[in-house]
Amino acid sequence: MTTHDHNIDKVTGTPTTGHEWDGLQELNTPLPRWWLWTFYLTIIWSVGYWVVYPAWPLLSSATEGMLGWHTRTAVVEDLAALNVQRGPLVAKLEAASLDEIARDPQMLEFARAQGRAAFADNCAPCHGTGGSGAKGYPNLNDDDWLWGGKLADISQTIQFGVRSAHDKSRAGAMPAFGRDKILKSEEISEVADHVRALAGLSTERGFNPEVGRKVFADNCAVCHGEQGKGNRELGAPDLTDRIWLYGSDKQTIMDGIRNGRGAVMPHWAGRLNPSTIKALTVYVHTLGGGEK
Amino acid sequence: MTTAVIQPKWMTFGEGGTALALAALAILSLLIAANAHTSEYAFHAYLFVIASGAGVFAIVNRFYGRPADPPLQMIDGKPNYNMGPVKFSAVAAMFWGIAGFLVGLIIALQLAFPVLNFDLPWITFGRLRPLHTSAVIFAFGGNVLIATSFYVVQRTCRARLVGDIAPWFVVLGYNFFIVVAGTGYLLGITQSKEYAEPEWYADLFLTVVWVVYFLVFLGTIMRRHEPHIYVANWFYLAFIVTIAVLHLGNNAAVPVSIFSPKSYIVWSGVQDAMVQWWYGHNAVGFFLTAGFLAIMYYFIPKRADRPVYSYRLSIIHFWSLIFLYIWAGPHHLHYTALPDWAQTLGMTFSIMLWMPSWGGMINGLMTLSGAWDKLRTDPVLRMMVVSVAFYGMSTFEGPMMSVKVVNSLSHYTDWTIGHVHSGALGWVGYISFGALYCLIPWLWNRELYSLRLVNWHFWVSTIGIVFYISAMWVSGILQGLMWRAYTSLGFLEYSFVETVEAMHPFYVIRALGGLLFLIGALMMAFNLWKTVMSGHPASSPAMALAPAE
Repeated sequence: MTTHDHNIDKVTGTPTTGHEWDGLQELNTPLPRWWLWTFYLTIIWSVGYWVVYPAWPLLSSATEGMLGWHTRTAVVEDLAALNVQRGPLVAKLEAASLDEIARDPQMLEFARAQGRAAFADNCAPCHGTGGSGAKGYPNLNDDDWLWGGKLADISQTIQFGVRSAHDKSRAGAMPAFGRDKILKSEEISEVADHVRALAGLSTERGFNPEVGRKVFADNCAVCHGEQGKGNRELGAPDLTDRIWLYGSDKQTIMDGIRNGRGAVMPHWAGRLNPSTIKALTVYVHTLGGGEK
Repeated sequence: MTTAVIQPKWMTFGEGGTALALAALAILSLLIAANAHTSEYAFHAYLFVIASGAGVFAIVNRFYGRPADPPLQMIDGKPNYNMGPVKFSAVAAMFWGIAGFLVGLIIALQLAFPVLNFDLPWITFGRLRPLHTSAVIFAFGGNVLIATSFYVVQRTCRARLVGDIAPWFVVLGYNFFIVVAGTGYLLGITQSKEYAEPEWYADLFLTVVWVVYFLVFLGTIMRRHEPHIYVANWFYLAFIVTIAVLHLGNNAAVPVSIFSPKSYIVWSGVQDAMVQWWYGHNAVGFFLTAGFLAIMYYFIPKRADRPVYSYRLSIIHFWSLIFLYIWAGPHHLHYTALPDWAQTLGMTFSIMLWMPSWGGMINGLMTLSGAWDKLRTDPVLRMMVVSVAFYGMSTFEGPMMSVKVVNSLSHYTDWTIGHVHSGALGWVGYISFGALYCLIPWLWNRELYSLRLVNWHFWVSTIGIVFYISAMWVSGILQGLMWRAYTSLGFLEYSFVETVEAMHPFYVIRALGGLLFLIGALMMAFNLWKTVMSGHPASSPAMALAPAE
């Protein structure tokens, strides 16, 4: 043991405690006053906070605090405040028909704001934040509609979905002509070129228009129409408008013919409340391509 | 060595007992491996078989090679320190540190560029993130703590470590636990508790290791040749005891079967959440704060060659720190199902914790009074002092973030990640680096290979830390503000995915910061490697300082 009776540190003039461990010593500096007083202040502040807010557990409850503040009542109050702010317009929206909303500028603005928020949380994962779509997910900004672009059409699609689990879902799928051996490989190639020709796109050398037209008329026209203009009752796309859900290259078209297409949109009735679905309908309708 | 008398040699109780226990563990593990419900669990059981078998072999092999008498406690009136386990842990710390930093860089890049998950389950973000946190906290930090605690307790007690096999069991057992935990993460074995993911069998093994660690440490203190216990040892002891209590409380679980890795925690619902964050917060408080304050209390005064600033402050801040810290956990559960009273207590005790935390900062910084000039010439000391500055910053930020109104903005955002990393990279990282830069030359009795390289390490990693935490501050606050932004009509302004998109540039900057930090650590590993391999004995055995430039 190495003790020096209250050595004085030469640099600071402060006494040490007189102990030494492995060459280490400790000064006996008093507590810094600002440190001590700040520590006291935090304790005083905490005691004050305990008086005002719920703080100490008792046998079967806890101290309530003078303010009577509670997380749950705070949430209820916040929701009530939100309800005061937007409640009247929400009620108006619930009562109004889609056409009435579309005609009333105030309701329209409100519905679009609500729809935009609901779209971002529920629809954007597939359709993109701006509704511009992606491969297999329709662009909602244009005026090309698979199932119709009127308010009522959009509302129905959102509520019941496409090829969804809902009873009232929009149904109709592109068959797998190749996989199910309805068409031969050469026929698929010819009809794919025919589809490209319908859209005014170039065809491969050796394409036989006669064969392509005949295969199309026999197999495709029943849904897509003689001229390939599509059929919204069945969700059959217009093949002539140069807007492609999956792509316009021949390989992609042949893939569709061979394996079919049947992308699913979930139904939102029962998951979103009716006024939110109304708002979404109006929002999508006003993205750019809504039909009268 | 003049005697050649052959003495009868017997296995000590420690050798024989440990060998028998390990042999029993090997047999039990083999049985479990044969009947394991999952192949991942069987893999772990085989690891136990190999490790415990190797342990038995090592003990027996060592027995035949060692002299008949146990090592002396004193040689020529000087303690015969046992530095082998310290050396092992110090090297392990450097190894795991680099592994942990590398995984951190990978997950930072995965957040910025999700394609780097490669759709491989073993290396998805979900498995690598806890691997990263455990690797840096428990593998790197834990080994630094074990190495320095075994070093410091011997030097400041002037006593050889208690036990012959026991200290080796602690360092090897602890590192084996890390291997089990780490491979468990990659294989998807987890009980889904933050910082406590390893399953019941790994927890049980760690408990045994930890109790032995406690006994070795306490036994060495009791054998001391100093009348008083040095402040660093108070902090080490608080760390070891509290971590044991936390580990047992939070991992109370019932295994489905001894042949299954799966277990169910005995706590449920909000009680489980509360126990988890009582544990989680005090892992920060007692592992990453108390333990590393112990390092600070030895290595800063030693390196600065100055007395500790204030003994009185060390007493008051030690007791207030450990008393207040244990209450602060509920601040991790603000605005949840946790009762309001518990949230209030968590918040107010966090506020009261501010000054006790700063007591350590004051003692660390003010110890340099009279030696400030050394900061210019000694980058190792500079690293440790900057570490204390980061400690002060994050122990102010923590209480601030525990205030409910601040927390309502900061919680669940990157701000929390930034806060953790200013503590982890700045405080824990730098004090550990400083300690290792001191310890490795001392242990091997070598001159540090290059102070210039330490200087480079310091600047490269400091820039890295600044990139990291400022990116996380900006992105965290941006994220919090975007989440709560309402339009004038009362609807949310941004969708979640838009907030994620806004984070991207900050994730890239963060990854850059992490890369710089990793580069610094690689420089350090090279420097320490050259130090050990160079063979230049130190000019003075305690420490040798030369100007940086």
